[in-house]
Amino acid sequence: MSPELIAQLQFVLWTVLKIAGIMVVLILGVAYYTYAERKVIGFMQVRKGPNRVGFFGLFGKFHFWGLGQPLADVFKLLLKEIIIPQNANRFLFLLAPILSVAPAFAAWAVIPADDWLVLADINAGLLYVLAMTSLGVYGLIVAGWASNSKYAFLGALRSTAQMVSYEIAMGFSLIGVLLLAGSLNLTEIVLAQSGGLFDWYWLPLLPLCMIYIISGVAETNRAPFDVAEGESEIVAGFHVEYAGASFAVFFLAEYANMILISALTTIFFFGGWLSPFQNAPLLGDTILGAGGVHWFLIKLVFFMFTFLWLRATFPRYRYDQIMRLGWKVFVPITIAWVMVASCMAVFGIVDRGV
Amino acid sequence: MPIIEITFYLFAAVLVGAAVMVISVRNPVYAALFLVLTFFSAAALWLLLEVEFLAIVLVLVYVGAVMVLFLFVVMMLDINLAPLKEGFIRYLPAAITVAVVMAVELMMVLWVRGKFGSEAFESPVPHPPDYNNTKEVGEWLYTQYMLPFEVAGIILLVAIIAAVALTLRRRPEAKRQDPARQVQVKRDDRIRMVKMKSETKVEE
Repeated sequence: MSPELIAQLQFVLWTVLKIAGIMVVLILGVAYYTYAERKVIGFMQVRKGPNRVGFFGLFGKFHFWGLGQPLADVFKLLLKEIIIPQNANRFLFLLAPILSVAPAFAAWAVIPADDWLVLADINAGLLYVLAMTSLGVYGLIVAGWASNSKYAFLGALRSTAQMVSYEIAMGFSLIGVLLLAGSLNLTEIVLAQSGGLFDWYWLPLLPLCMIYIISGVAETNRAPFDVAEGESEIVAGFHVEYAGASFAVFFLAEYANMILISALTTIFFFGGWLSPFQNAPLLGDTILGAGGVHWFLIKLVFFMFTFLWLRATFPRYRYDQIMRLGWKVFVPITIAWVMVASCMAVFGIVDRGV
Repeated sequence: MPIIEITFYLFAAVLVGAAVMVISVRNPVYAALFLVLTFFSAAALWLLLEVEFLAIVLVLVYVGAVMVLFLFVVMMLDINLAPLKEGFIRYLPAAITVAVVMAVELMMVLWVRGKFGSEAFESPVPHPPDYNNTKEVGEWLYTQYMLPFEVAGIILLVAIIAAVALTLRRRPEAKRQDPARQVQVKRDDRIRMVKMKSETKVEE
């Protein structure tokens, strides 16, 4: 083998290792996100949430506030039987969960958690993220069709139509970001926002930022937009027929998408890993003023919490109202604000960081 | 660059295989899904050509939006393919003859012009690392090709308006909600306070 080939193989191997690292972190994140969801909603409803499962009973009566719950859930789901309906399309039925989880993970390749902490620093990162989130639709629609069940099919039609509609509003709000940042690279977008809390794009792009967050909730089919699973109408939506590990993969995809949308909101509108006290008169020179992974994680966790907060607060939207909100309210507002944003960029109202 | 070649042949093989499957599978849903795979492999090949903007937009627009709508329609139709394929065997010999003649003619043209003519072109030089395809496309579109670009935009706008005009029907008899009016409803519109005595004496 030529040394060139060996170097390339080494590069591939090293990249695969990094991908494995990201996935382990992400899967653990998803597992404990479900725990956090049950605890947070429990506290909001004056309950305790899961508090029984410790770590294999190793520590006597001490249950570690139920921290073992996600592990117990994972093992339960993985060990259960995968039921395949008799008239289902076997191949597509089993392919669908993979189709839905793969883009949710693949999008993480371009997410920068810090200056240096990114797997692929590609120069069309924003477009790549949009493309990956739009690919997630296939998992749903294939699952609904392959199940050969009316409930699953109707649920799939509902959620895909909703996702396709809200992608437009999402895409338009990102146009505002790329107009101001002048780049499609996520690292450059974050650096263009440097300067402190009021230099982040949430302020000049406030309407777009709100629309992005709301569309993100709709895009992941979460409450209050979770019409895919109206219990009283179409049971659990596109994944009614799934059980055991195949259902767990859908679950994984949904939560990975929620974390992804939180990370994207952080990067596009809230300055990524930058510190809010950057260049502030007193705090700017201290440790608080320095950007880093910790700031990224703090913002990420806040937006992840927002997802749970919304779920505990709002009742479910009606389906026709969801579509109306997406097409007749969000799309016009975003188009108008894209024009405002281009004026801001042309007349230099927002400067491109330092 | 062996890895680039391996990647190219891999994606090219998947592309051709998927394209053949699109026209040969019996199930229309499978055909649509194979078309998705075709688009996806084409996008991967474009990425190898360093045109990342076009590649990702291909995935975003065709795979992410157009094919989803296609799948919607195909899944809801109950297509029976048997009548469509009835004449297949009968016309097969004629079809094969025509196809072979066409392929031979094409190859003869290429032979006359000297192989496939690929040696006439130099292999493309890789772009420098700071090359930005998006910027390049944007600069061409908004300077050199400004007029065609805007004409294309106007044609698309006309198409959108025409599509809306063709499908929009006014149905005065249909009842629909007006959310603006619903939101503006005040308490007084819905509630009338009636003052009356809670009990009156029954006259004997």
